[in-house]
Amino acid sequence: MEQIYLSIVLAPLIGAIFAGFFGGRIGRVGAHWVTSSGVGISAVLSLYVLWQFVSGEAEVFNDSVYTWMVSDGLRMEVGFLVDQLTAVMLVVVTFVSFCVHIYTIGYMADDEHNWPDESLAGRNSYQRFFSYISLFTFSMLMLVMSNNFMQLFFGWEAVGLVSYLLIGFWSVRDTAIFANLKAFLVNRVGDFGFILGIAAVAMYFDTIDYAEVFAKAPELANVQINVWGDESWSLMTVICVFLFIGAMGKSAQVPLHVWLPDSMEGPTPISALIHAATMVTAGVFMVARMSPLYEFSETALTFVLVIGATTAFFTGLIGIVQNDIKRVVAYSTLSQLGYMMVALGVSAYAAGIFHLMTHAFFKALLFLAAGSVIIGMHHDQDIRNMGGIKKYMPITWITSLLGSLALIGFPGFSGYFSKDAIIDAVHHSTIAGSGYAYVAVLVGVFITALYSFRMFFLVFHGEGPRDEHAKDHLHESPKVVTWPLIALAIPSVFVGYFTVDAMLFGDWFKGAIYVLPEHNTIAALEKVVHDGNGMLGHFYASAPFYLAMAGLFVAWFIYMKKPPIAHDIKTRFNIVHTILDKKYYFDETYQALFAGGSRGIGKLLWDAGDRGLIDGLIINGSAKTVGRVAGWVRNVQTGYLFHYAVAMILGLLLLLTWFVIV
Amino acid sequence: MFADWPILSLIIWLPIIGGILVLASGDNAANATRWTALVIAILTFVVSLPLYSSFDPTTSDMQFVERASWIPLFNIEYYLGVDGISMPLIILTTFITVFVIIAGWEVIQYKPSHYMAAFLIMEGVMVGVFCALDAMLFYVFWEAMLIPMFLIIGVWGGPNRVYATIKFFLYTFFGSVFMLVALIYMYFQSGSFDILAFHDLKLGLNEQILIFIAFLLAFAVKVPMWPVHTWLPDAHVEAPTGGSVILAAIMLKIGGYGFLRFSLPITPNASNELDWLIILMSLIAVVYIGFVTLVQQDMKKLIAYSSIAHMGFVTLGFFIAFMIMNNSETQGGAILGLEGGMVQMVSHGFISAAMFLCVGVLYDRMHSRQINDYGGVINTMPLFGAFMVFFAMANAGLPGTSGFVGEFMVILASFRADVWFAVLAATTLIISAAYTLWMVKRVVFGKVANNNVATLEDINNREFFVLGSLALAVLVLGLWPAPLVEVMDVSIENLLKHIAVSKL
Repeated sequence: MEQIYLSIVLAPLIGAIFAGFFGGRIGRVGAHWVTSSGVGISAVLSLYVLWQFVSGEAEVFNDSVYTWMVSDGLRMEVGFLVDQLTAVMLVVVTFVSFCVHIYTIGYMADDEHNWPDESLAGRNSYQRFFSYISLFTFSMLMLVMSNNFMQLFFGWEAVGLVSYLLIGFWSVRDTAIFANLKAFLVNRVGDFGFILGIAAVAMYFDTIDYAEVFAKAPELANVQINVWGDESWSLMTVICVFLFIGAMGKSAQVPLHVWLPDSMEGPTPISALIHAATMVTAGVFMVARMSPLYEFSETALTFVLVIGATTAFFTGLIGIVQNDIKRVVAYSTLSQLGYMMVALGVSAYAAGIFHLMTHAFFKALLFLAAGSVIIGMHHDQDIRNMGGIKKYMPITWITSLLGSLALIGFPGFSGYFSKDAIIDAVHHSTIAGSGYAYVAVLVGVFITALYSFRMFFLVFHGEGPRDEHAKDHLHESPKVVTWPLIALAIPSVFVGYFTVDAMLFGDWFKGAIYVLPEHNTIAALEKVVHDGNGMLGHFYASAPFYLAMAGLFVAWFIYMKKPPIAHDIKTRFNIVHTILDKKYYFDETYQALFAGGSRGIGKLLWDAGDRGLIDGLIINGSAKTVGRVAGWVRNVQTGYLFHYAVAMILGLLLLLTWFVIV
Repeated sequence: MFADWPILSLIIWLPIIGGILVLASGDNAANATRWTALVIAILTFVVSLPLYSSFDPTTSDMQFVERASWIPLFNIEYYLGVDGISMPLIILTTFITVFVIIAGWEVIQYKPSHYMAAFLIMEGVMVGVFCALDAMLFYVFWEAMLIPMFLIIGVWGGPNRVYATIKFFLYTFFGSVFMLVALIYMYFQSGSFDILAFHDLKLGLNEQILIFIAFLLAFAVKVPMWPVHTWLPDAHVEAPTGGSVILAAIMLKIGGYGFLRFSLPITPNASNELDWLIILMSLIAVVYIGFVTLVQQDMKKLIAYSSIAHMGFVTLGFFIAFMIMNNSETQGGAILGLEGGMVQMVSHGFISAAMFLCVGVLYDRMHSRQINDYGGVINTMPLFGAFMVFFAMANAGLPGTSGFVGEFMVILASFRADVWFAVLAATTLIISAAYTLWMVKRVVFGKVANNNVATLEDINNREFFVLGSLALAVLVLGLWPAPLVEVMDVSIENLLKHIAVSKL
């Protein structure tokens, strides 16, 4: 199997290298063929691997590929751990990536228009884009297949690098290069915590290999360490909170969420692939992978839970007031990532990964559908200019509808199973913070339905398009764009129903995810609903269903039936609207506090410290002192014989006096 | 097969004698001069390779030893040898010099023979510093190093070069006279200038502390550590590109090397007593200098300051060893820090060289180092932009590049000394990314800022070769650092064993 795993990882890398270094020579067609087939090979092999696990023929693979280095007895390897959790991630990553590759052929076809004339920066931009998304796929696969913390960090930062390159893909746009710097730096804040977590693991476990760390975890569960003075903390809490700070950066959790909405400056295919389906879920995957550690720290779990719930609720609210089609979906992504974190916080790791999977499909679908609309609108992204697009773009419309229904958790759709499982798991949890989280995720369902269908109605229904010029060029997107939509719509609808029994209620994650009996919220849930059919059969008995329907209805009523209401609400609750529109002033605060603050500190240290004190006072100061003393002493050397004679006589007198007295 | 050859002498004298020949050949046939210099540099690099291939990584003994009496009156010897600590630095020197010669190819029109000769002589002298095992020989090479660098900055430097050269010279000279006193003191104690004999010399704590401080003054200026770092930004700004490259890539490493060869093994008890001082200075270098770097407007100054911050990891990695040894909670970790510091030195050699070369490429075209004079370079120089982004990422310590390896090791190790050391050290993840990528954003990305940028031409084959080779080195070391760590492992282990034993 090792050859298969290696091929899964290397096929996209080889594609990326060819398209990146020889893009000019192999041309556009060559580039999209070599990268798409690379990722295609990975996707097929990943499905094969998953099938091997489903049929029970594959065993958990855990082996190193090569030794990165050994220092001080600490082995750092590059290696693979492939188990059921990895297998699911492999399929999700490669399948969505493959769809996005195909879609990109259509989306980026006219990319030369996005670059200024005469600029060489856009040379071979099409090939370069393919190279980047394949490189991303490689990095993401390295991340999910890693069997140790070093490689995890490698993949973690490598996806961050590609995200940086892709957000700033249109590198001549000021907004894009602002957004990518911001994204990288905010992610680095997360990585700052992450690397400290890894350092703590390396110190106390004396290894960074997953299997060895997890095996040792129970015996270290009660270790207390001093962090600040005499205050002692549980080792597991320290490690888990540090690691989770990394997850907060990558998975855009409050307060490190600010980079994700701005990342929409990148081309839409990567918003779907990186900033919805895969990279941003790395944090969720990481926590699930680390479940043998998190289970031993309720403090850390509560931390995860509260952060997740806060993100789920408050970022969802912002989604309601956004007018940029991509930003609505972006805030929806933030909110859904919060849901996944909530699942992890209540130890329903399987539900978190389950939602990660279904979300990957329907959110990638929604982004790609939004991209399809953007192509039709000739890169106008303001939903206020859209409307009635249904009749121009039927495939985009129907796939968007399916995706939206999956997102709001309409019974039977994928999102229904995964989201309801999370909400019920929170309901059964007794961990601190679960009460708050339950309210947040429950109300969140209403909000999700509201913003989703607000956008859906404003874009596809009613009179329109409101931008008159758009009528002339609106038409359905080409097949390379619509086929990926259809390919993603199918799992968005069905994957939940067909996998819920295995992933949630079965023993699929038995070896990969570790849950203490007293935390097992899914088992509690299972007692009530038994299985997927049970969940589906009782949809009318659950609150989320009515909340979702209410949200859908309110969206319809406000934006279709009585549009003036929207305006009335906006004026009446002006303060609320402003706060939401300004996204709780996070950006302004950070800009002033951190960006401005660091520049201020830097300037102060440079002016006062380096130039003032060290150079000014000490270095040049001593040079000046030497100069002054020399200048003063020089006065003695006048060159007049008379002066020297007097000095000699005075000296002689002094000497004599000294001799006489002593 | 090469173990008995006088390879070290060859690496020292081939470039020095070659440099004198180049100097003598004059500037009449400038191209022939350049080629001669390049051939000598490449030859030296090739000759230095057996140091790696024939190196025995299983012993901490000195290898390729050459020993002859030099000044018998004072028992001064011509005594050379390498171990796992000095060998990688020698190969780094011979490697980087090749690219310095190529980088100055058509850029230097004023007295090219003198320029090339200065760098070749510099190369030999620096190798001498790394492999001298006689303290007086070491001191001679150490001081000799100043002369070519003084000339390089003074002759081919920028408008404010006189201030910079004087500052550079006085600063480093100030540091090294104290070292000379310490060396002479130990000569009187041991009867020879044999550095390895110094290692075994019994010294009282007060003696050790004085000697330690003397060494500290010399090495801290070279590294440079805060607060004796202010010569570096000025020297870099005024130096020609090649001078900056040698300065950052090699000369700074001599300070770090000095700590490992002299301070730690000769004065282990003093190092143990005063480790807090070095750690404090290192952490200030990482955080304080990081913030200072952020507000620099001059690209070379920015990279110079970033060098200081990165070198902070080297000294941090070296001196946390004592705290880790004294910490009962952990076994191991000290070697991780020491090796991390070493890896960081080699890696910084590649990355800082590449960064300065990148600035040099821009400076050759626009004759400005001010960030504000640039913007949107990617529109006219996409290939260069790709290199610049790559090296910036390496400078920010991205995994997969060599910049990550050393920092990762040192952060891991410093966590074992004290959680808060690790916390402060890890802030580099944020700060280094901020200053490097912010510079890249303002210089490389964006719309064409002005007419000068609009007329820029992308890098030529020569520049591509130089940057490409360094990129390859950065990548290989980042993806597979094991070969580097393996050769130094036994030497570092032995060093640690040595410093764990009290000399009192």
